[in-house]
Amino acid sequence: MAAPTTLPSALADAVRDESSLRRFLHGLPGVDQVGVEQRAAGLGTRSIKKASKLYAIDLAISMVDLTTLEGADTHGKVRSLAAKAKRPDPERPGVPKVAAVCVYPDMVKTAADDLVGTGINVASVATAFPSGRSTMDIKLADTRFAVEQGAAEVDMVIDRGAFLSGRYGQVFEEIVKIKQACGDAHLKVILETGELVTYDNVRRASWLALLAGGDFIKTSTGKVQPAATLPVTHVMLQAVRDWKDQTGELRGVKPAGGIRTTKDAIKYLVAVHEVAGPEWLDPNLFRFGASTLLNDLLMQRRTQLDGHYSGPDYVTVD
Amino acid sequence: MSDRITVAKTYKLYIGGKFPRSESGRSYPVTDAKGTFLANAAQGSRKDARDAVSAARKAFAGWSGTTAYNRGQVLYRVAEVLEGRREQFIAEVATSEGVPAKKAQSLVDTAIDRWVWYAGWTDKIAAVLGSSNPVAGPYFSFSTPEPTGVVAVLAPQQSSLLGLISVIAPVIASGNTCVVITSQDRPLPAITLSEVLATSDVPGGVVNIITGRTAEIAPWLASHGDVNALDLTGAPESIRADLERSAAGTVKRVLRNKQNEDFAATPDMSRLRAYLETKTVWHPMGV
Repeated sequence: MAAPTTLPSALADAVRDESSLRRFLHGLPGVDQVGVEQRAAGLGTRSIKKASKLYAIDLAISMVDLTTLEGADTHGKVRSLAAKAKRPDPERPGVPKVAAVCVYPDMVKTAADDLVGTGINVASVATAFPSGRSTMDIKLADTRFAVEQGAAEVDMVIDRGAFLSGRYGQVFEEIVKIKQACGDAHLKVILETGELVTYDNVRRASWLALLAGGDFIKTSTGKVQPAATLPVTHVMLQAVRDWKDQTGELRGVKPAGGIRTTKDAIKYLVAVHEVAGPEWLDPNLFRFGASTLLNDLLMQRRTQLDGHYSGPDYVTVD
Repeated sequence: MSDRITVAKTYKLYIGGKFPRSESGRSYPVTDAKGTFLANAAQGSRKDARDAVSAARKAFAGWSGTTAYNRGQVLYRVAEVLEGRREQFIAEVATSEGVPAKKAQSLVDTAIDRWVWYAGWTDKIAAVLGSSNPVAGPYFSFSTPEPTGVVAVLAPQQSSLLGLISVIAPVIASGNTCVVITSQDRPLPAITLSEVLATSDVPGGVVNIITGRTAEIAPWLASHGDVNALDLTGAPESIRADLERSAAGTVKRVLRNKQNEDFAATPDMSRLRAYLETKTVWHPMGV
């Protein structure tokens, strides 16, 4: 097994072969379920108001991966999404643009053409999203196609079946190969935490993805319930923080699915600040995968600035 | 045996078919006309009003989409449940408004009759207010009344049940949903009405009832971007002009009826008409 980067000796040892990888992942400390849920709930009660809230809203907008992953997607819908990504609230020029637009591979070119020169990345899901049930060749071809079309970020899904049956080496190899196929594109590894069942598994999958070279670890596809939850994101934030402590490298986290309100988004930002650290409060290191969240952020932003409540009639329909 | 100690109640709000506490955690004592303590009521805040508006907006598509006949059936069912709670309403109206039992009884009876009167209107509104319009061309042109949307209702301060029902029933009869700020000092009949609505067939969110200080919550509803109409009946004189001004910012329908409206008098269609928009359709005609 080939480690993607030069790792400190303890981690280099972990990826030497499959049995040492298993030993490493099972040697990770277990997650205190009650503790992490309590801490997540506790941090969720922080009161963020006025100027801090406005700052949090703008930061959250700049972290949004504006997503459309529907079977019914059309080129027209992707173009309107790209327009919204550039100017989320056309009446308010001060609104920051979002971080990326996330689409299926066949829509990448449409989005990329519209976003040239804007600094907004096109992210594409790949590797037989959302189930990941296909052959390695097809997954690699899927990834190469997305990158050729202009995707600067690739969101891959791991083979949860292989992970749950303990074939960690296979999952590791897959991520390494997809990472190579990505070239310069950033790789986000979707763990699909809703299918991993336990926090211990989430921690193992996070470390596995980090060891294999994923630039981001992402909670979910959004197609499985439960999708992103605060405690799961806590566990993943701990993993990237520990990764930085051991290697000095900064890796990102992306919760996706089920984050619909500004209140939720701010809870996540508090978690990022408290668990990982302030340097992760950056669109390069933390993203929200969302479709409806952006409208709520825009409505809340208007409420903060106008002094009265806004409504869905004042933002664009997705 | 010692005298039984009565159970002192602390009531909650009625939002989206549920009975939540006020987000602010506040409550205030409610007294009878003579100042004797009756119960604690939740003191709603602007955030409760905001939650109520979202609940009302969510319920609007379903409620306005039901057939007028079905809406009428649901409202008749409410009248049945009101009738079942008649004694409780009489006691509450008597203590809240400080009127003798006989007078309270007639007020409650009139209130229930008023509800039935509006229930009967649901499937007649389109016939009375709609029209087929003679036009100079080969078109069939017709106009139908459509509900305005989410209505913020400031319930009358004095008439705690008859007035309340006279302002809520016309709003929901035509398919609107509403957020009601009850009488500040006489909220108990409104709270009991929310229990009636929760146990009849009215979908959650169609009527949302908030107790508290009218002058504190009303400005937030008047300026809210997602509220389509405002009933000023229970608004204190001192803030009426301000409420109208901020309502104009989002082009709301505003009903300016006065506090001292005579609710016992036979009603007319004016309250029904206040929350309706006219939709006109031109349909090309064949032979």
